[in-house]
Amino acid sequence: MKKNILISVLLLSAAIFAIFSFTKISSSTKIIPLPKADIDNAGLTLPAGFSALIVADNTGEARHLAVTKEGDIYVKLGSAKDGKGILFLQDENKDGKVDKQSGFGDYGGTGMYVKDGYLYASSNTDVYRYKLNDKDEVADQNNPEKIISGLLDRGEHNSKSVTLDNDGNIYVNIGAYSNSCQESDRTPGSLGMKGCPILDSAGGIWQFKADKANQTYGDGVHYASGLRNIVGLDWNQKDNALFVMQHGRDQLHDLFPKYYTTKQSAILPAECMYEIHKGDNAGWPYIYYDQIQKKQILMPEYGGDGKKTADKKYLDPVVAFPGHLAPNGLLFYTGNQFPEKYKNGAFIAFHGSWNRSPEPQAGYFVAFVPFKDGKPSGKWEIFANGFAGQKNLSPGSAKHRPCGLAQGPDGSLYVSDDSKGTIYRIMYQKK
Amino acid sequence: MPFGLLLTSGKKYSSEENLKTTLPFQKATLPGEKVYKKYCISCHQPDGGGVPHMNPPLINTSFVLGDKEQLIKIVLNGLKNTKIEEKAYTNPMPPLKILKDQEIADVLTYVRNSFGNKASVVTAAEVKLVRSKVK
Repeated sequence: MKKNILISVLLLSAAIFAIFSFTKISSSTKIIPLPKADIDNAGLTLPAGFSALIVADNTGEARHLAVTKEGDIYVKLGSAKDGKGILFLQDENKDGKVDKQSGFGDYGGTGMYVKDGYLYASSNTDVYRYKLNDKDEVADQNNPEKIISGLLDRGEHNSKSVTLDNDGNIYVNIGAYSNSCQESDRTPGSLGMKGCPILDSAGGIWQFKADKANQTYGDGVHYASGLRNIVGLDWNQKDNALFVMQHGRDQLHDLFPKYYTTKQSAILPAECMYEIHKGDNAGWPYIYYDQIQKKQILMPEYGGDGKKTADKKYLDPVVAFPGHLAPNGLLFYTGNQFPEKYKNGAFIAFHGSWNRSPEPQAGYFVAFVPFKDGKPSGKWEIFANGFAGQKNLSPGSAKHRPCGLAQGPDGSLYVSDDSKGTIYRIMYQKK
Repeated sequence: MPFGLLLTSGKKYSSEENLKTTLPFQKATLPGEKVYKKYCISCHQPDGGGVPHMNPPLINTSFVLGDKEQLIKIVLNGLKNTKIEEKAYTNPMPPLKILKDQEIADVLTYVRNSFGNKASVVTAAEVKLVRSKVK
């Protein structure tokens, strides 16, 4: 009998302890219920347990976006709409849908990033930063600090996307103003320029100080080269390293039909994810990565025939996706809302292909790659699909084209669309 | 009978005159479709709609439906950093001098009469004349 009482007391104490611990955890994490998803999940196909809603529509050419700790959204527009190139979207009644919109910054561009009390934004030549107040709002919208200027914009691949590390540096992509550094760009049979001169000032990543005004090429570090065009890039917190998604070269068959069939040209070369460290060279325009042969292949402009490899070894990708899917957004997921599998993994927004014809176009989805200890730990998969509409996959008639990615304070995933300007929010609810 | 043959046989063209031919397009063989599929389709797309911000559409534009000399010159010389119907496109159009006069005539006739377009034909003689000027 005495023994039983003792057990009961022990059990009761354990239960009380458990309740107290739980209360402590829940009060410190402040659980805000997720908003109601759209009945049709915003038209998207998602893995089981995930749902989605449209938080804003018709915003313009929504390129990259950033979500603040308050859940407000900054969107960079490809071209300014009504004189506003940055949108600030808020949801005052907390139903998940944006009900208050304002804008500032009269320039178009792509880069949009929030870090340590500043909003960073890029035009196609410059990078600006705006001081944020304690509510993460821009107090002085008309006087940003111009931190970088004079970057090359020659039309082709002119997006200057940005990301930051934890040591006060900002990384800027300067895309190559060429497909494959031919003497005559995109001209059938034209050969590559010797010692591709584009690489001096483009086709790479430049590192600048995030807090220093008026920097240009001379003030920056030419961090990595041989990267044709990067739109999606992110700092991997687990690895403390820069990761980028390259848009691989176009038109192998159009330009060198004797070496490539239309079928090969539709899937080659790979769209590559690279882990970038200072001084890396990914090989554009001399080589491309062939995901079927699993090796670096000499470009036809530089003596290649679809099989020959280069003498020099360049950086290998960490993930090789099929060709022409056009990765425009990269985000490493650090939230707690999604299941364990997604923690620290990479989401990639694929804008969708245009140069696969006569084969069908592909992409127009958000993909996922699981990561462990800063390295891919499994195969890539399609995470969110259906942006283009179910049937017609063509760049001109696609309903929506995924472009930017951002993580909300509660771990929701936000996706921007630069075709119709739709902003999506994808959520996971435990059953 | 192919248009080229119809237009070039037995008649000599001189000066600008022939660039102003307003011969309507008549549905017949479309040899230009083959050329389009080989040299144009990946950028301008199967429906002529182009790629937003990158490659311009061939529909509803004076660049295609207007002045033939300008249009022929674009094929011969290419086009770069030019706003089309007030929109900018980032990819350059390569010069396609390698195409024969007849191929250019065929493909332009096809483009001017496909995707909902309707405009007069382009002849090999017209292409030849413009080519002689741009050399």
